[in-house]
Amino acid sequence: MANKVKVLVLTGYGTNCETEMAHACTLGGADQVDIVHLSELLSGEYRLDDYHFLNLPGGFLDGDDLGAGQAGAHRFRYAEIENSGEKLQEQLLRFINDGKLIFGVCNGFQLMVKMGMLPGFANDHTDRQVSLTYNDSSRFEDRWVNLAVNDKSPCVFTKGLNSLYYPIRHGEGKFVAQDETTMQRLVDENLVALHYTTADSTKPTDQYPDNPNGSPHAIAGICDPSGRLFGLMPHPEAFLHRTNHPRWTREDLPEEGQGVALFRNAVDFIRANLL
Amino acid sequence: MLARIQVGLKPAFRDSFGETTCNRIKNDLHLPVDSVRTIKVFTVEADINDEQLKAAAVGPYSDPVTQDWSLGPLALDWDYDFDWLIEVGFRPGVTDNEGHTAAQALELMIGRKLNNEEAVYTSTQFLCKGTLSQDDVETIAKQGLANELIQYFNIINKEDFVKAGGFKPQSVKVIDNSQAVVAPIDLNISADELMRISKEGILALTLEEMKFIRDYLQRPDILEQRQKMGLSEKAADVELEALAQTWSEHCKHKIFAGNIEYEDLDAGTTETITSLFDTCIRQPTADIRAKMGDDDWCLSVFKDNAGVISFNDDWNVVFKVETHNSPSALDPYGGALTGIVGVNRDPFGTGMGAKLMCNTNMFCFATPFYDKAIPARLLHPKRIFEGVRTGVEHGGNKSGIPTVNGSLYFDDRYAGKPLVFCGTVGIMPTLMHGKPSEDKIALPGDIIVMTGGRIGKDGIHGATFSSEELNENSPATAVQIGDPITQKKMFDCLIKARDLGLYRCITDNGAGGLSSSVGEMGEFTNGFELHLDRCPLKYAGLQPWEIFLSEAQERMTLAVQPEKLEEFMNLCTKMDTEATVLGTFTDSGKFHCLYDGKTVAYLDMEFVYKALPPMEMQAKWQQKTWDEPTLPATPDLEAELTTMLGRLNICSKEYVVRQYDHEVQGASVVKPLTGAQNDGPSDAAVVRPVFDSFAGLVISHGVCPRYSDIDTYHMVAAAMDEAVRNAICVGGSMKVMAGLDNFCWCDPIQSEKTPDGHYKLAQLVRANRALAHYAKVYNVPPISGKDSMKNDYMMEGTKISIPPTLLFSVIAKIDDVRKAVTMDAKQAGDIVYVLGTTYNELGASEYAVEHGAIGNNVPVVREEDSLPRFHALEQAIADGLVASCHDCSDGGLGVALAETAFSGDLGMEIDLTKAPMEGIERDDVMLFSESQSRFVVTVQQNKAAAFEAVMADTGLGKLGTVTKEMTMKMSGLNGQAVMNADLGKIKAAWQATLDF
Repeated sequence: MANKVKVLVLTGYGTNCETEMAHACTLGGADQVDIVHLSELLSGEYRLDDYHFLNLPGGFLDGDDLGAGQAGAHRFRYAEIENSGEKLQEQLLRFINDGKLIFGVCNGFQLMVKMGMLPGFANDHTDRQVSLTYNDSSRFEDRWVNLAVNDKSPCVFTKGLNSLYYPIRHGEGKFVAQDETTMQRLVDENLVALHYTTADSTKPTDQYPDNPNGSPHAIAGICDPSGRLFGLMPHPEAFLHRTNHPRWTREDLPEEGQGVALFRNAVDFIRANLL
Repeated sequence: MLARIQVGLKPAFRDSFGETTCNRIKNDLHLPVDSVRTIKVFTVEADINDEQLKAAAVGPYSDPVTQDWSLGPLALDWDYDFDWLIEVGFRPGVTDNEGHTAAQALELMIGRKLNNEEAVYTSTQFLCKGTLSQDDVETIAKQGLANELIQYFNIINKEDFVKAGGFKPQSVKVIDNSQAVVAPIDLNISADELMRISKEGILALTLEEMKFIRDYLQRPDILEQRQKMGLSEKAADVELEALAQTWSEHCKHKIFAGNIEYEDLDAGTTETITSLFDTCIRQPTADIRAKMGDDDWCLSVFKDNAGVISFNDDWNVVFKVETHNSPSALDPYGGALTGIVGVNRDPFGTGMGAKLMCNTNMFCFATPFYDKAIPARLLHPKRIFEGVRTGVEHGGNKSGIPTVNGSLYFDDRYAGKPLVFCGTVGIMPTLMHGKPSEDKIALPGDIIVMTGGRIGKDGIHGATFSSEELNENSPATAVQIGDPITQKKMFDCLIKARDLGLYRCITDNGAGGLSSSVGEMGEFTNGFELHLDRCPLKYAGLQPWEIFLSEAQERMTLAVQPEKLEEFMNLCTKMDTEATVLGTFTDSGKFHCLYDGKTVAYLDMEFVYKALPPMEMQAKWQQKTWDEPTLPATPDLEAELTTMLGRLNICSKEYVVRQYDHEVQGASVVKPLTGAQNDGPSDAAVVRPVFDSFAGLVISHGVCPRYSDIDTYHMVAAAMDEAVRNAICVGGSMKVMAGLDNFCWCDPIQSEKTPDGHYKLAQLVRANRALAHYAKVYNVPPISGKDSMKNDYMMEGTKISIPPTLLFSVIAKIDDVRKAVTMDAKQAGDIVYVLGTTYNELGASEYAVEHGAIGNNVPVVREEDSLPRFHALEQAIADGLVASCHDCSDGGLGVALAETAFSGDLGMEIDLTKAPMEGIERDDVMLFSESQSRFVVTVQQNKAAAFEAVMADTGLGKLGTVTKEMTMKMSGLNGQAVMNADLGKIKAAWQATLDF
């Protein structure tokens, strides 16, 4: 891979944030960013093995018809690479075991939990223990939210960051676990990398609309114990320039949007550890 | 096997959908329901074994973390307490997107495609607890949960449900064993019989048109050719249906193309107008383009599915707005969903094909609080509102296209037909394979390929039914439900095909289906040969004419050069997009369809597209006079302002806006909601289409239906003025500003049904004259548009006609999006200005209607004043002198001041005497008159002098200052304090009306 940070942004079957996600990777410092349609992975034209960083952008995989990301996860599980006998899932697990990075935003996060990639306890990335279900409001909403980073989290993406402000755009973003033990383990092991807050605090909030979906512990995003797999409901790739901020005409803001930082952290990690 | 898989959220999880449903039943139907829980049912009809069925339940159909599943009645497994169970599912043949996805998931699992006998159907169970009678439950099912046109429902009480052990699985397969036949129709019959055929067949053909077809078929030369093809002097049903569609008002725009004798009874003059479209829409654009000369930025106008203008050296922009009114009246969800995914295909099918960038919408409804009896076949306006809102939500969000701009307008005359305007902006490289991307042409020998969805009986007669009023015979088949994901998959594939140069020409399948798309593309080559039996069908039993006319969604038609066909088809297979070769474009001059090798339509292209003589119509104008409103002797201005802000046409639309993704694709710069709390009402959208440039696009619109009651000329003038000033508010430039006109009218043809047709047609003439005039005055060339002329409802002696409505949409450039301005006041101490003179123009205003009458002083656009102001304001914004800018529209200056202040979490101190005015003697008239071309602007103190210099002599009034405290302090025309209002309370009233 000759010292180049290579990123694959996956699209197809209803994904729709691939362009800005790819742009975010470029702004974050990646050397090569390819938007690849799922069919191009399955045909063997592109191989996950050739990349360091897999982005699973937002959208509506298969229309989210059986529940968000549900049919998509099923498709990933059964999909085979043409003429190789290899399953896509095997490629994915190899990618994870190679110490590479996966980032899921919104529908990408839903896909990760519904495939069992997250939370990934004991390096098991196929066991479904958590899910994302309907917002308490039972509505899809587009709304900017305040977020705080858990500085004890192993998450590679949020290293060194504190408060963030991104939009959520989802109808199924309420984070739930199969039982209280699982939920507590996520909290105890600091896998809750990101939570919703009010505008003037960094504490988790259960107040709507600051907590837009009713997630317990105000969970907005979680990582696996390695910190290299990260999923979140808010959209960092929607805030790449200050003019994306809803109040940029009334506030003094730095030129770069807050979303770029997560991608830069990922790229920096790859440069330091994978090249 | 035929089996049911039932899935529901585990009892420990909150069923928010059930809770919302419960609240809707309580609030909208006023029935005593205590709780509702929901269960999803998958009815699997497939040759699979028990293990596979169970695997489907465990796997794709349920979430192991949140859901329980059962192969029996889950409601009983749970031992859940309920009194009634209502199950709602789709009728046979109705698009069931979730069922479709469930079937695909099953296919992946069992490793084979399902055959035509196999399918998965979905339905939903609502478990209701409450003291409800059988009648109550039926009301809930009919008025709350199911639309019987497209859905069935079953009701059962718990006792019976337990006894029966749940519902038995039931297939909703379309079973139609009819054989394909082409019926010859004898047209050599009496006039009455001809009209009976037209009416009963929902052909919407006039007697003259029926005779015109008959005479053509009897011509000896034609007959001889037809006999050789196995046809006769009788029309084949395929032919008659195709002609009815092609010549329908919906597709042919006969009223806009016809000849009108226009008599102005007030002036005592009469004149003849040949084609309103040519003289009032096409001509002004041609004139403006001629004037621009080498700087002309219009690239393709009025000839393709959408208009195309230049954005920069690398990119072109494509814009189209459509309506989908009639289907939305019958099935608001499906109608609106189809409206948005349908208009998406217009930019996609323009030139060589555009990538879709953003959506816009505008809806006209009757009040959601409608409390009168609902006429036959109509739905309650709130149901229409909710259905349309949800349809556009699903269509836009699932397609990944942000909804950047929109509005709602309420008037009870939209109870008969709601108006659902949907628009889409696309972008394409200036050059595709070295040729201008806005051009396309099919060549003889090119292959006809259809891609995307399959054909069913959905949407048959959509074009012709939209060309009539809504009546007893309006067919349920006209309704379709869109499938955004199938379309998205197709678009992903076709964009690749475009970039690889794998097709020569592309168009969409909308009204009229293949008949329209293949026929219109065949005009490039002057003929086509289409094999209807090769079309992929959703189910068997379609007649050839139904295949030809079906408006089943998510389909594009392409002309593929023969040498690229294999590569094109391979790409489609790889990307999971169905593509089928259906025939060839020819230069035979013939409109030629075959079925199983036999000719079923054989007409001259010339006859189909060019021969129909123009319609002859009469219009008579006479100004109406209305009662003047009775204004309060001593108005309480705070109370009046609060009431005004709570009115439906002024109040916050946040409820709707929030549920639309308005920033996917990352291009959003000015969002629909803005200000200190992200809830102020933006005047227009600003987007930044490409990441490597700060140049942007401004998208706005104007609509003022109520002014039509007084004069449609001023209705159109005001709508255009509103669209232009909205665009200017955020920083749009009048140097590159294009318009789109969407006319929605009530039937303007004099007849027994429409005794005031002469007047309504005169309204149309006047509307068009205003369009022609102001397009040139403002240098805003219309580049595309559409008309929908039969927005009436007539049944059981009740007629409801919409007020004549023009939606004028604008797309403009902004050179640097970092210069964009929003409408919220920014900081205390800034100076508040009003730009533009206020006249006593309460005619048809929100304030007049609030006080019980229409009045007569309709707002008038005075271009000699407005144009210099618009240009100066554009300059001031580009120079960075403006802190906030908001236009004065419905509710006038008072509403604009209040919205500007509270959107910034700030207040104002205002002196009304400082406003430029003419003929104003009352404070309330000053505040609520709807004079056009006005703005409220705030400016930082240190920029005030520069701002005033730029705006000199354009009607500037320095009204006061922005204050920290959120109050509106105002002194009136007599110099006395007239208001000291808590803006927090006023904002709360503004937000309360549509807080569903």
